[in-house]
Amino acid sequence: MQIHDQPTLKAEARNLNFYYGEKQALSNINMPIYDKKVTALIGPSGCGKSTYLRSFNRMHDLYPGNRYEGEIRFFPDNTNLLAPEVDPIEVRMRIGMVFQKPNPFPKTIFENVAYGLRVRGENNKRALDDKVEQALRGAAIWDEVKDRLQDLAPNLSGGQQQRLCIARALATDPELLLFDEPTSALDPIATGAIEELVHELKKRVTILIVTHNMQQAARVSDYTAYMYLGEMIEFGKTDEIFIKPQDKRTEDYITGRMG
Amino acid sequence: MNESQHLSSQFDEDLGRLRTHVLQMGGMVETQISSAVDAYATGEIGSVKSIVDADHKVNELEKAIDDDCAHIIAKRQPAASDLRLVLGISKIVTDLERAGDEAKKIAKGVRRIYENGHVPSQFGIGVRHLAEAALIMVRQALDAFARLDTEQARSVIRADSEVDTEFKSIIRQLITHMMEDPRTITTSIDIITIARAIERIGDHAKNISEQVIYVVEGRDIRHTGKEGIK
Repeated sequence: MQIHDQPTLKAEARNLNFYYGEKQALSNINMPIYDKKVTALIGPSGCGKSTYLRSFNRMHDLYPGNRYEGEIRFFPDNTNLLAPEVDPIEVRMRIGMVFQKPNPFPKTIFENVAYGLRVRGENNKRALDDKVEQALRGAAIWDEVKDRLQDLAPNLSGGQQQRLCIARALATDPELLLFDEPTSALDPIATGAIEELVHELKKRVTILIVTHNMQQAARVSDYTAYMYLGEMIEFGKTDEIFIKPQDKRTEDYITGRMG
Repeated sequence: MNESQHLSSQFDEDLGRLRTHVLQMGGMVETQISSAVDAYATGEIGSVKSIVDADHKVNELEKAIDDDCAHIIAKRQPAASDLRLVLGISKIVTDLERAGDEAKKIAKGVRRIYENGHVPSQFGIGVRHLAEAALIMVRQALDAFARLDTEQARSVIRADSEVDTEFKSIIRQLITHMMEDPRTITTSIDIITIARAIERIGDHAKNISEQVIYVVEGRDIRHTGKEGIK
């Protein structure tokens, strides 16, 4: 089946290079991210997919010696996310991130989600209540936690913690969500819940997901990019990448062959 | 098609075994067809029983191969060329099994003709020629699968239209023959059944070749006419 709709650009990497000090981790990445679509990044360990993902919300700024070259354009305003004059805090308001291991704050469930809103200056109790509920519903965890919002978040199960982290990321109404192997620490049931959630979320937010689980990439994504040794080897519709990849290196990786 | 090895040697073995079984089944069907054609040419109807019996084995192999395909999909979640190979094989065995059924039809038709004391007379050569062409198509389709050779597969697809044309010409001649002498109708109908079965065998060889192209190139050229084999 062909996808007939013409996707619009949400972001685009242009000649992106990245260096951890002397070591180059990304080489000349050019890649579109389409609006309200799920794009999966796959590739063996150390291929640069997490490095690439983290470039989007300027995570690398936290360490000295890291250096970007090129641009990541963010639309519709055509901001270069990597421009030094662009405030990383602003970027992170628009681009949320969910990590491999659920990392709730050692606070209550409510406070975990409200945190980003408070940082933004929201103090109205009514508005906070509404937005927290909205975010928890969006992350498909509201029904499980609505009666225990004041419980400590770390007491939740792993799968619930991960969905809480997604709710936390959703609270600030991000335009792009970054998922860095969001289910690798979860069991198949919790994984299924997150995948279902990704499917729901893409109705209102663009998603970029790094995964080691190729079947997961095939299941959840609309587009897939295969990376190897810091390079983008192949980018295309997921349906095509998994049935008829163009590059032999992509083929070898997704069929589990030695390179 | 990707010939390099998987990280899992078990997976390589599974796929290798699958391909071997397909070729084994192909060999059996090929023998069925050539024996049926020989029986038609020589009137040695003793081989008919063995052709009919072989069909059970072919049917069993079809089921076994399909079952192996299901297991590989469940256990390995094949992707890209591996997925195409498994899907292609599952379709190829269907065509092989049907080609075997057609061989059985030929054999039974031959038995009817000779048991009634008739000899296929002047149509012997035309039908034998048609059968030779179809048999070559089956052989080449199986070769194309064994070597994953798309050139070979394309030449089989091209050959199918010649078989179709020849089949139509035989039918025309038989119709004239029956009109001239109604006593030949019974035998002529048997010959039509046989010629029809041979023509269908050619179609199955063509279908197999289309799957070979799908497996290797990822292009589905079914129902695309001449455009597809360019």
